[in-house]
Amino acid sequence: MVVREKILDLVISCFKRHGAKGMDTPAFELKETLTEKYGEDSGLMYDLKDQGGELLSLRYDLTVPFARYLAMNKVKKMKRYHVGKVWRRESPTIVQGRYREFCQCDFDIAGQFDPMIPDAECLKIMCEILSGLQLGDFLIKVNDRRIVDGMFAVCGVPESKFRAICSSIDKLDKMAWKDVRHEMVVKKGLAPEVADRIGDYVQCHGGVSLVEQMFQDPRLSQNKQALEGLGDLKLLFEYLTLFGIADKISFDLSLARGLDYYTGVIYEAVLLQTPTQAGEEPLNVGSVAAGGRYDGLVGMFDPKGHKVPCVGLSIGVERIFYIVEQRMKTKGEKVRTTETQVFVATPQKNFLQERLKLIAELWDSGIKAEMLYKNNPKLLTQLHYCESTGIPLVVIIGEQELKEGVIKIRSVASREEVAIKRENFVAEIQKRLSES
Amino acid sequence: MAERAPLEELVKLQGERVRGLKQQKASAELIEEEVAKLLKLKAQLGPDESKQKFVLKTPKGTRDYSPRQMAVREKVFDVIIRCFKRHGAEVIDTPVFELKETLMGKYGEDSKLIYDLKDQGGELLSLRYDLTVPFARYLAMNKLTNIKRYHIAKVYRRDNPAMTRGRYREFYQCDFDIAGNFDPMIPDAECLKIMCEILSSLQIGDFLVKVNDRRILDGMFAICGVSDSKFRTICSSVDKLDKVSWEEVKNEMVGEKGLAPEVADRIGDYVQQHGGVSLAEQLLQDPKLSQNKQALEGLGDLKLLFEYLTLFGIDDKISFDLSLARGLDYYTGVIYEAVLLQTPAQAGEEPLGVGSVAAGGRYDGLVGMFDPKGRKVPCVGLSIGVERIFSIVEQRLEALEEKIRTTETQVLVASAQKKLLEERLKLVSELWDAGIKAELLYKKNPKLLNQLQYCEEAGTPLVAIIGEQELKDGVIKLRSVTSREEVDVRREDLVEEIKRRTGQPLCIC
Repeated sequence: MVVREKILDLVISCFKRHGAKGMDTPAFELKETLTEKYGEDSGLMYDLKDQGGELLSLRYDLTVPFARYLAMNKVKKMKRYHVGKVWRRESPTIVQGRYREFCQCDFDIAGQFDPMIPDAECLKIMCEILSGLQLGDFLIKVNDRRIVDGMFAVCGVPESKFRAICSSIDKLDKMAWKDVRHEMVVKKGLAPEVADRIGDYVQCHGGVSLVEQMFQDPRLSQNKQALEGLGDLKLLFEYLTLFGIADKISFDLSLARGLDYYTGVIYEAVLLQTPTQAGEEPLNVGSVAAGGRYDGLVGMFDPKGHKVPCVGLSIGVERIFYIVEQRMKTKGEKVRTTETQVFVATPQKNFLQERLKLIAELWDSGIKAEMLYKNNPKLLTQLHYCESTGIPLVVIIGEQELKEGVIKIRSVASREEVAIKRENFVAEIQKRLSES
Repeated sequence: MAERAPLEELVKLQGERVRGLKQQKASAELIEEEVAKLLKLKAQLGPDESKQKFVLKTPKGTRDYSPRQMAVREKVFDVIIRCFKRHGAEVIDTPVFELKETLMGKYGEDSKLIYDLKDQGGELLSLRYDLTVPFARYLAMNKLTNIKRYHIAKVYRRDNPAMTRGRYREFYQCDFDIAGNFDPMIPDAECLKIMCEILSSLQIGDFLVKVNDRRILDGMFAICGVSDSKFRTICSSVDKLDKVSWEEVKNEMVGEKGLAPEVADRIGDYVQQHGGVSLAEQLLQDPKLSQNKQALEGLGDLKLLFEYLTLFGIDDKISFDLSLARGLDYYTGVIYEAVLLQTPAQAGEEPLGVGSVAAGGRYDGLVGMFDPKGRKVPCVGLSIGVERIFSIVEQRLEALEEKIRTTETQVLVASAQKKLLEERLKLVSELWDAGIKAELLYKKNPKLLNQLQYCEEAGTPLVAIIGEQELKDGVIKLRSVTSREEVDVRREDLVEEIKRRTGQPLCIC
């Protein structure tokens, strides 16, 4: 949990650094709110039992609730982050860190703005977070729904098969091209020549020069949609260069992303595999962050169909937790689970009352303190407790100290003890804590 | 389509019938029967094609948190978490749903308020009703015999929501619990100390913590002549004394629950008493109560508790109150509840009667219910009712018209002329990389006035203005939004200057 908290802290401070406001929505929505928003993935929602009231389902992501929130509150512009759990009924492959209940960290910018500036900021945020987490090298693949659709059109994919073929292409990060081709031709009924034409494109990836190259492509440049997408990507790359992150971005024509609601740029961040170190399992966790532009979603909730363009990203923190925890295990790193600064102890019997008084003084001064819940604990047991939980300081009260009107302060690490006058001991502790 | 109308009418009437039965607290079997009828009718109705697809609402009894409400919530959680950590608690989390069987039989009369998940072919699941039963399950599952933990999360109850009074179907609980076999009353005292620290720090007004003990209650019922089988239900009635008068409670016990009137009267003599440790001493001498072993145990523990609370400096906030009964089945020893003391309504302010804001107690038998060998792990804990606290804090801030910032942005990067987007992007990126909280408008050529206005509305304190002349001179104009003073800062010194003004440490280590 401590690891989770540190990671979430880092993610949230990045969102706040970019001026995002926090918001939250209920764990469940009206079933009708969520129906028909997720395309092929709809069957994976958890429904609540019909107990005579409204039909409800647990939220599947944080994006559809956000769109509902915007429409419901008639909000036209908003930059928000939302950290919360979502629920999906997919078979959990625990090794990959893909559970049925998991935490998502979303950042979205809603509103009509000049093109690609908010989109560029989303990518900047993804880079800041992934760098800050120190997970190693990463790459962000970028593509555009209009380029994907345009590419399908010029290759000869019938429109009715667009989404299904998209789904297949999306698997290229996990499956080989020939397996994907097989799925498209055999399972989804795509003509083999069409599949081969797609193959020529989707195996391309590169920087802004690939964008320029595609502009010149004889087939693609005939397609209006694709040209729009390519134009926006060119502008995006300009901004990413000014943000200093162009070297982390790759225009990748195989990026398809399953979800129905994307309308423009789409992106996905993957960790680059470090060569396996001795004893370390190669971690294939798929993508650790993703997102894109979705201009039509809010309009689906508005009675008059008013659109609010949106672009955003989602950090896959569960996968990140998993990676960090695995690394800590391999390195044998120990992490404190409490933040206690001072332990209140006694070497003799019948000193419970004194300990209770002392600890209340510490708490009332805002100092983090603990004591054992025993009337007459042994000193060794108490010191042991400090060592095993990582508490740095001990205050000791006993017969001698009581007589002399002092408290002994002991450093757990150095084992040095010093006697401080009773009335000064809180101040002395505060001094030591601020120095460390 | 004409056939839908009469069927829809039937569904509506049946729905009202079900609601009525629930309000009257009819038997569970009857309610279930009528709900089944309702579901059948709904199934006949089928999907409605013509119905409006835009149902823009959150489910009944739930709400979104707007940025403003999030800011309030964050402040409140901060205070609470700091206190829990100050007392050395570790943090845990559990899933939002549990196996249905885990939750069954743990909540007594309240079990009907549990949300179930639909049977979709996997395990039967229910949404958690509180954080305590999941905690007990966690302890038993991991064979833990002692832990001090806090857990802040949402829980779910299909209750009658009263959202203006902070009563929802989905709401946050902040729980702190100490599990383990320890010397008596020390952890119990610490729980009360924590409750007092939190309620004081939140500055929501004066409060009082009522304390009682399950054994004293049960002993009292026994010597008053309540039959064993009626204990829990009489307990439920007595628990309402904080909301309704003794007359009404007596009526319910005698009229609805079949208690003999003399027995009710004897109970009345006791439950109208409250006081400090002297009341505990008095009752230890009570001729009837002192004959009851259970009650004596409870009284003895309370006396010890008061000693420790005095050493903790909080005894003046604690009241031993014999009317405190607390509905939940699993308490076995001390129980407590914190209430805000009504301040006389100030001009224009609605009196806020919000009931209890925190509660808890000792529950020694719960973990044993999960352990295959029935091994017990004694537990004591508390739960802060934050939703009620959010309401209070929000209302107070509104009354004060205090501005709550919803972002933490320190600097807006602005441009004074057109065609400076590139420069803005470069500068804002530099600020972000240096850990400074910064924004820019998503416009290629925004007007300076609009940018300044944006800052004033959002409460952003500084603006870094890029202008053509300043670019040539290698400076940025740094402007304070409140004072409107501007100063030219060299580009390379800007980060340091901003950090100095916003009180940030100079290195991001």
